[in-house]
Amino acid sequence: MRLSLGPVLYYWPREALLAFYAQVADWPLDSVYLGEVVCSKRRALNLDDWLGLAADLSAAGKEVVLSSLALIEAESELKVLRRMVEDGRFRIEANDLSAVQVAVRRGLPFVGGVSLNVYNPHSLRVLAEAGLYRWLPPVELTREGLAGLQAARPPGVETEVFAWGRMPLAWSARCFTARAEDLPKDDCGFHCLDDPQGRLLDTQEGEPFLVLNGIQTQSARTCDLLPHLQELQALGVDLLRISPQPQGTGQVVARYRRALDEGAVEPLSRRLAPLGTCDGYWRGAAGMRAPD
Amino acid sequence: MELVCPAGNLPSLKAAVDNGADAVYLGLRDATNARHFPGLNFDERRLREGIRYAHGRGRRVFMAINTYPQAQAFEHWRRAVDLAAGSGVDALILADLGVLDYAAGRWPGLALHLSVQASATSYEALAFYAERFHIRRAVLPRVLSLAQVAHIARNSPVALEVFGFGSLCVMVEGRCLLSSYACGKSPNTVGACSPAEDVIWEETPAGLESRLGGVLTDRYGPGERTGYPTLCKGRYRVGGQTYYAIEEPTSLNTLDILPALREAGVAAIKIEGRQRSPAYVGQVARVWRQALDALQAGRFQPRADWERTLGGLSEGAQTTLGPYHRPWQ
Repeated sequence: MRLSLGPVLYYWPREALLAFYAQVADWPLDSVYLGEVVCSKRRALNLDDWLGLAADLSAAGKEVVLSSLALIEAESELKVLRRMVEDGRFRIEANDLSAVQVAVRRGLPFVGGVSLNVYNPHSLRVLAEAGLYRWLPPVELTREGLAGLQAARPPGVETEVFAWGRMPLAWSARCFTARAEDLPKDDCGFHCLDDPQGRLLDTQEGEPFLVLNGIQTQSARTCDLLPHLQELQALGVDLLRISPQPQGTGQVVARYRRALDEGAVEPLSRRLAPLGTCDGYWRGAAGMRAPD
Repeated sequence: MELVCPAGNLPSLKAAVDNGADAVYLGLRDATNARHFPGLNFDERRLREGIRYAHGRGRRVFMAINTYPQAQAFEHWRRAVDLAAGSGVDALILADLGVLDYAAGRWPGLALHLSVQASATSYEALAFYAERFHIRRAVLPRVLSLAQVAHIARNSPVALEVFGFGSLCVMVEGRCLLSSYACGKSPNTVGACSPAEDVIWEETPAGLESRLGGVLTDRYGPGERTGYPTLCKGRYRVGGQTYYAIEEPTSLNTLDILPALREAGVAAIKIEGRQRSPAYVGQVARVWRQALDALQAGRFQPRADWERTLGGLSEGAQTTLGPYHRPWQ
């Protein structure tokens, strides 16, 4: 089983992103996904910067995949997508059907991201015929749901599972960070830069519930599927994805790597997931359920 | 422009038809559609009766089979498609790639519409569905601005339907798992958001509380108006403030921009609300029929009585243009 690093879902400043990826080059990862997937107004790095990073990481021995914006509404967003695909040096992770269509037209194989809504083998087959070579199940898919898909997986298609991180749960055209600042989205002041791991939303009784990340809403708890490693292996999952966080991503990678190499799952340091972990979806329960 | 109205049962279907709907959309009594609520929707007998009623008056019936089946349940969705095709519906409203592929292959003559649950927000995405499944129409998510709708319409390979009135999903439809995060059930998997069986109301010293899967979603003061406690329409705490952090409990109403929607090339207006009563469906259909007829006759002017009727029927008694009014891209 291999290990991948998902795209950074937050708005980090340019220097922070460059410093982060300088470290990534040395981490024991097989694949790295790069690019802005949440909001096209976030421009700490432009496409050429991302392509430069992609070339560096590729030279460092990683498989590099360019992740597409998950919600594509504007022509300007389609243009970036087309440039990404036209460049042709790297494969893309298609996070909506626009990206699938653009990749299909160029004949470029693609990864299908978590927001493509592949819930059954028939859907997976349609996308595999269109050029999908790897897919990620929706984060809400249960162990049994994945088992059903794995049993009928088209030949040559790899499965990657979102294993660590705050889960992307919803997408909107509205910006909840701007709303929290009482600002309109078109004049948002880029307050996402104040929230390197999103902005916490608590219930009225003070329970951490969700995280506002611009137009994306995430789980407050960190998904951790490493305790289910044996089941993931038994189902023939090919890659586990770690979603970046501002602190401790390197340690998370190291913990997962050691588990893959040595088969031993170490206890989790609370520091890496201060609001606790969850694995409810995997077990067929509410997504936020903490491990038993 | 065509008026497409919701029907959660046979009386609603009749109310929609009698009050001027060009087409009625409905679903079966199971998880194959995104309004899978207790006591709602059609069994085979009612379906045939509804189709007879609508067709007898020159109107059409669309069936929504717009959730995402999992491997073990796919056969059930296939049967729903076959049942719909066999009963003579005029179009299927589908979201799942596998179900679309099955329907397009098995029933090549049947019109397929892309459901809002498929989350297609660009003409490139629509091109994918059009090329593979020959869809004839797509329902756009309620997140696009008017300018974006117009841009998609100019480049779209298929006719477009947009939501005109009803509850507003602030998230892209088909791309929201908030409900299953709290209670294990989502629109994609079970066809319901914040389902009633997982909601608890409780009178406490702090006020009336609503919970979903145990999560406190709102707390109401004495005399405060309560609505259905959909997860995203509750009040939460962010940065020390308690407010509607995701969405105010308002309804969508695009009556004012009807001429602009037509100008943009929109082919049909969809009314949300299969969970609503026959009286509601009838009143809303009547107002929109009058508005569309006035538009067709070249004398459209929003009327105070229309706004009063629609305003009185709205969630939170407030309406909004939703994202359609956004001036930016």
